[in-house]
Amino acid sequence: MSHRSSRHLRVGALSRVEGEGALRVRVRDGRVEEVQLRIYEPPRFFEAFLRGRAHTEPPDITARVCGICPVAYQMSACQAIERACGVRVAAGVADLRRLLYCGEWIESHTLHIHLLHAPDFLGVPDAITLARRDRAVVERGLALKRAGNAVMELLGGRAIHPINVRLGGFYRLPDPADLRRLREQLRQALDDAVATAAWVATFDFPDVETDHELLALHEPGEYAVDRGVLRTSGGLEFPVEEFLDHVVERQVAHSTALQSTLDGRRHLTGPLARYALNAQWLRPAAAEAARAAGLDGPCRNPFRSIVVRAVEVVHAVEEALHVLDHYQPPAAPHVPVPARAAVGHGATEAPRGVLYHRYVLNDAGLLDSVDMVPPTAQNQLAIEDDLRRVVQDNLDLDDGELTKLCERAIRNHDPCISCSAHFLDLTVERA
Amino acid sequence: MAERSTPTLAVWKFTSCDGCQLTLLDCEEDLLALTGQVEIRHFLEASSRADPGPYDVSLVEGSITTAEQERLIRQVREWSRVLVTIGACATAGGVQALRNFADVEEFRSVVYATPSYVDTLATSTPIAAHVRVDYELRGCPIDRRQLVAVLSAFLAGREPDLPDDSVCTECKRRGNTCVMVADGTPCLGPVTHAGCGALCPTYRRGCYGCFGPVRAPNTRSLIRQLRVCGMGDAELDRVFHTFNAAAPGFASARGETDEPSQ
Ligand code: SF4
Ligand code: SF4
Ligand code: SF4
Repeated sequence: MSHRSSRHLRVGALSRVEGEGALRVRVRDGRVEEVQLRIYEPPRFFEAFLRGRAHTEPPDITARVCGICPVAYQMSACQAIERACGVRVAAGVADLRRLLYCGEWIESHTLHIHLLHAPDFLGVPDAITLARRDRAVVERGLALKRAGNAVMELLGGRAIHPINVRLGGFYRLPDPADLRRLREQLRQALDDAVATAAWVATFDFPDVETDHELLALHEPGEYAVDRGVLRTSGGLEFPVEEFLDHVVERQVAHSTALQSTLDGRRHLTGPLARYALNAQWLRPAAAEAARAAGLDGPCRNPFRSIVVRAVEVVHAVEEALHVLDHYQPPAAPHVPVPARAAVGHGATEAPRGVLYHRYVLNDAGLLDSVDMVPPTAQNQLAIEDDLRRVVQDNLDLDDGELTKLCERAIRNHDPCISCSAHFLDLTVERA
Repeated sequence: MAERSTPTLAVWKFTSCDGCQLTLLDCEEDLLALTGQVEIRHFLEASSRADPGPYDVSLVEGSITTAEQERLIRQVREWSRVLVTIGACATAGGVQALRNFADVEEFRSVVYATPSYVDTLATSTPIAAHVRVDYELRGCPIDRRQLVAVLSAFLAGREPDLPDDSVCTECKRRGNTCVMVADGTPCLGPVTHAGCGALCPTYRRGCYGCFGPVRAPNTRSLIRQLRVCGMGDAELDRVFHTFNAAAPGFASARGETDEPSQ
């Protein structure tokens, strides 16, 4: 037990968080002096070893940055490279891509809600213990997750590192009979999603209010997933091509994840940002679920992010059903994407937030340089700020309780740590 | 069988993307049944519970890329009765093993402005390069059914019995048209380890070898066929150089692409 005046909290290894992270907080004389979210996920050097490879390879290779959001990487990569090569995919292909992305949102969010986050609110160490208490709720979550996986398996071949995604579209289009079956499964999933949102809304949420600048994709008429411009809660708007002009990464000693700022300020991307900026375009059942869950206007309480995620699951299921109802098979599964010397930028909304890719192609069709800015790296400063706030407001708790609360504060953001440890182009910044 | 206490399971992550661990969580139907048969004592991704060893079975994902990991894997081996590596990172070093063929100092400085902050080894090595491994599950990611089969086997007290022939055997059993023969599409099926059920050819795409090399892969012969399919030198140089680049059967294939074709 440390002295009241100076306390050190340490969590050696965060649990129920994707990837490897740890936490260090230093308090002196009742004031939080330092907060560090330590990412020690060993770097794998994707941006470095992609140089010199063919422009067709990023969809398969970048998927391996993250096992939980591979579709996001594949979609951002395809968008960026297709733009570089001046290719636009057919409407039917775009629809199938959106459907695939919905599958990932459903699966990733549901995984986080049930297996990673809900246990915090119910005072259990994991979902297995939760299942002993309330098997039906966990089984419902697993069924919902299965529906998300079913979408990805049909469209992508498999849910983790889909094999059916390529530049220009897909290798093979889905069978209409399979799409019909999927539709049936998603109809059931909609009920499960609505019930899940109602369930998480009953949790007890600490009262916390944050003031991060929020960043999300914005496309009028839809709850943006796979296209749009970047928009912030501060009123800034810029096209994807200007991403790196605004979002700048820097290295810190305590982390292999690069931290980023938005025009010098800390920012947050992800469900809270999306909800704040695009809630008006949620589909009906999702909007109703949000209302029923007590979400009224932008949500600035990170502890309630679980509710926003649940609402996004409802939306993703509705969106998937919408795509299935209006899908017209394209003439071909893919169009050719011939390489040319160019720069391409892509940004899509991974479950955790905006995922930006940039590729510089040379005239041999090979990659000169690659930049990837994942959402969790962008959120690092915001997460650390949350921690500072949480600790400052709860100094009366003992170390054990405070530490648990800090871990929860991190889990609120569903950090994808494997994504965050990556590599930056030499020319962007020298400390 | 009833006399034995509940077997204990631990799941470990080294340098990896988490995809193979996620496969365990993706066994939706089987997950609750499995957790009834087995006590999961350490699985940071899924639980705050982190009980100390020993463990009956440890599933290990990821490759070794730091000095700290070199130390930890030896401990994991000591704590575990059976150690099963899951996925290409653990069995072959993964896609990050591409650093083994390059200058990692250069890689590090390309990304990090202050490279000294980042501790990493020059190589990404498989688990078996450091400790004895009892069983290996291939794939990037591993196949969910194979994971359940391996766990069921250990629970039943027997050795798992998974096929170690090529993807082609699964492909033909599935009734696929051979994409190489019919479409002239390059396919690594003949030299790739079975396990995925010939997923890519089922989607009319050539296998790209994510399950790593089959036992005694005849890459020399396949390279000739890949040339017939239109692959040039540069492409051939890259095709084996992906997620299992450091696996001996694929690493040596790069040397074979230089050989004159007959
Ligand atoms: S083998 Fe592939 S899926 Fe498994 S951890 Fe490594 S990169 Fe991820
Ligand atoms: S498609 Fe590929 S895996 Fe299938 S039989 Fe032909 S060569 Fe073998
Ligand atoms: S067919 Fe080959 S590349 Fe495709 S999933 Fe199977 S082993 Fe991997």
